Amino acid sequence: MREESGVLAVQRVSVSLSGRRILDEVDFALHGGAFCGLIGANGSGKTTLLRTILGFVTPTSGRVVIDGGRRLAQIGYVPQKIVLDPAIPMRTRDLVGLGLDGHRLGLPLAARARRRLVDAMLEAVGATSFAEQRVGELSGGEQQRALIAHALIRRPRLLLLDEPLANLDIRSIAATVSLLRRLALEYRMTVLLSTHDMNPLLPAMDCIVYLANGRAATGRTEDVVRGEVLSRLFGEHVDVIRVHGRILVIAAGAGNGASTDIERNPEHVVQVP
Amino acid sequence: MFASFLVNTWIVATIVAATAGVVGFFVVLRGNSFAAHALPLGTFPGAAAASLLGVNPLFGLLTFSGLGVIGISQLGKAGRPEIATALSLVMLLGLGALFLSMSNEYSQATYALLFGEVLGVSSLDIVPVAVVSVVSLALTTLLFRPLLLNAVSPELAEARSVPAGRTDILFLGILALTTSAAVPVVGVLLVFSLTIGPPSAARALTNRPVGAMLLSAGLSLLTVWASIALALLLGWPVGFFVGGLGALAYGLGRVWMEWVRSRRCRALSG
Amino acid sequence: MSSLLSALFEPGWNSSEPVLTAVVIGGGAAVVSGVVGVLTVMRGQSFAGHALADVSSAGGAAAFLLGLNPLLGFLLMGIIAAAGMESFSAHRIRERDLATGGVLGAGLGLSALLLYLDVTSKSTTGAAITVMFGSMFAMPPSVVPLALAVGTSAILAIALLYRPLLLSSLDPALARVRGVPVRLIGLCHLLVVAFAVALSAVTVGAILSTALLIGPAAVALRIAGRPGGAMLLAASIGVAATWGGILIAYDSYDWTGGHGWPVSFCIVTIIFLAYLAAGCPARDKVRAAARPGKGSVQAAGRG
Repeated sequence: MREESGVLAVQRVSVSLSGRRILDEVDFALHGGAFCGLIGANGSGKTTLLRTILGFVTPTSGRVVIDGGRRLAQIGYVPQKIVLDPAIPMRTRDLVGLGLDGHRLGLPLAARARRRLVDAMLEAVGATSFAEQRVGELSGGEQQRALIAHALIRRPRLLLLDEPLANLDIRSIAATVSLLRRLALEYRMTVLLSTHDMNPLLPAMDCIVYLANGRAATGRTEDVVRGEVLSRLFGEHVDVIRVHGRILVIAAGAGNGASTDIERNPEHVVQVP
Repeated sequence: MFASFLVNTWIVATIVAATAGVVGFFVVLRGNSFAAHALPLGTFPGAAAASLLGVNPLFGLLTFSGLGVIGISQLGKAGRPEIATALSLVMLLGLGALFLSMSNEYSQATYALLFGEVLGVSSLDIVPVAVVSVVSLALTTLLFRPLLLNAVSPELAEARSVPAGRTDILFLGILALTTSAAVPVVGVLLVFSLTIGPPSAARALTNRPVGAMLLSAGLSLLTVWASIALALLLGWPVGFFVGGLGALAYGLGRVWMEWVRSRRCRALSG
Repeated sequence: MSSLLSALFEPGWNSSEPVLTAVVIGGGAAVVSGVVGVLTVMRGQSFAGHALADVSSAGGAAAFLLGLNPLLGFLLMGIIAAAGMESFSAHRIRERDLATGGVLGAGLGLSALLLYLDVTSKSTTGAAITVMFGSMFAMPPSVVPLALAVGTSAILAIALLYRPLLLSSLDPALARVRGVPVRLIGLCHLLVVAFAVALSAVTVGAILSTALLIGPAAVALRIAGRPGGAMLLAASIGVAATWGGILIAYDSYDWTGGHGWPVSFCIVTIIFLAYLAAGCPARDKVRAAARPGKGSVQAAGRG
């Protein structure tokens, strides 16, 4: 067995939902301060893996070990595609404040210490300018910052983000990645971030969890994103092509059976710079 | 209008309005409108059952609102929540029809339960309403943050260890408690309109959660006071004015919210 | 066989004219509600369906006051309410339900006023009960032709709008791409619901109107794979529940020693039990698990 000194250890975790195997003996560990990309096509089990780590999904076998034991207190979580209702009266600073004490009883009183913490967090993610605005009326990138601040204000040791780069424009994607990288260093925090396109993460991430067919290949990016490793993972021949600092992963049948391959792995075949 | 026999009316209406405004804030945020209608309406067979058995009507009302909560939450687990609500409601009302058929002198009481009897409140009626209202106010204030976070996103709430399922049932319980105590005094309609109208207006007027909740209680008080005054002046039923003013508050809130949004869009594009 | 039948159908069952009227009218209301209900349930508008029944009863009270045909009153008020709901309609389900609630509150308020005026001007106290619970055994024959016309037009409208309605329930954006005027279709649907609900509210009462609209459709959608099949099934279930309920209510006069159970109670109970029976938990569990991560969000949506 692997050493348990890491912040997060996913130990041979399998998950089946309604008879379908979603995750198959996924096994990896993240050490403190790792900035890790969880890469895989749509439907490859990224969200299920994150939800299993959070404890929302019980694995059929294997287990998840969080350093320190108390799971939710240690983890910050930014869910996928949250739609904040513009009809809810709530400012950005209220949402961030709820990240601190949303589970506590009683009204949120305007304590000076709480306000200072919220202000600092807003500033850290660059959300000061829209702190007083209604969350439902923020742009996609602004909502993402608000949610990151919400997740970070309790200083978790592990931050999980589910597709934080989807639905963002190219400039916001770059800004979000560099923001997360900076916060990870600043707060000495481990980050696991899921995305279907690894390219925006290439400059930032120092390890990768690559999901395909419910199985995972993990390690340093340059060790995992290689033809023979991914071919073994996908169970068929896969080419990894590096052009202009970008990586394209192309499955074998791309030429003759294009439709099936695009379906399985669309983002990796069609790359629009 | 402020005659001594009306003192009780003003007191009870004030208590009910403040509570409905506070609890209604979360009804509106969480989108529980159907439950807010079904729970008070579904309690009224309880009054009929209680009168058949000769027990205190409050027991009947509380029992039936409890049945309503169980029905909505248990059936809702297996299917769509609005279907669960509709079927629980009709089943309870069906029982109501059965009880009514067993006791024959009930039509006046039915009208009172539906539309309220706010002008004929005795001092004895006030006590249970006040007690139950204080309990629901306390519970809502206590659960303010989990309820708010759950309304914004159940998933974010779960990540802060606020279980979504239990929060739902708990809030339905608060709603049931609030309404079942108020129904015999102010009627199904009045409670329902107060939990929808004033909070809808309040959420449009301010961005602050606590402020919106307090504003909602304030608007609810204004609605009820104005309705009673109008009812006394014109001699028409209070329910008519509460229903009308509640709908007006909702409509104005919507229009205001959309106007603010369109103005912001124009400011951004122009 | 004949002894079984005579035990099942109490003597006088088929010779009693009010019972025959109830069988025909209740069955008709069940068919229309079942057909309309499937799309109502699919579009998640059960609350609107129920609210229309309650609000249209204000029209009943008005018709009573003015001495008009009650169905006309129900119908007009239902149309006004449907238009009101649609004018405040919104994309979000929460908001749509709130708009429904607003209209419902106003409608019930109006109902309170009109019933009050009914009582003071006509000195009849039973109006509230009649409006709430309906009076299937006391249908005035004058209603029948109009009821027939309303029911037929509701079913025709569903047949006409079937495909665009289905598409826009499935996905509004997809429907818009195919050139379906989604807003207009939504309004048409609510108007059809108003028709169906007014018909059943005036004949069988507001409670049964909701029960017949939502219950059989919800059961049918759990069993049938296709919407068309679900409509037929819902209509059949509705009719079966209605006739079964009438039969039990009629028979119960003898079981309970001349007291009897109300028809609405019997029908609602049958529908409720059918829903429980159709929702065998194992089936739903599979379905809920098939959407990982969405279960909790959906369950928390509203109630």
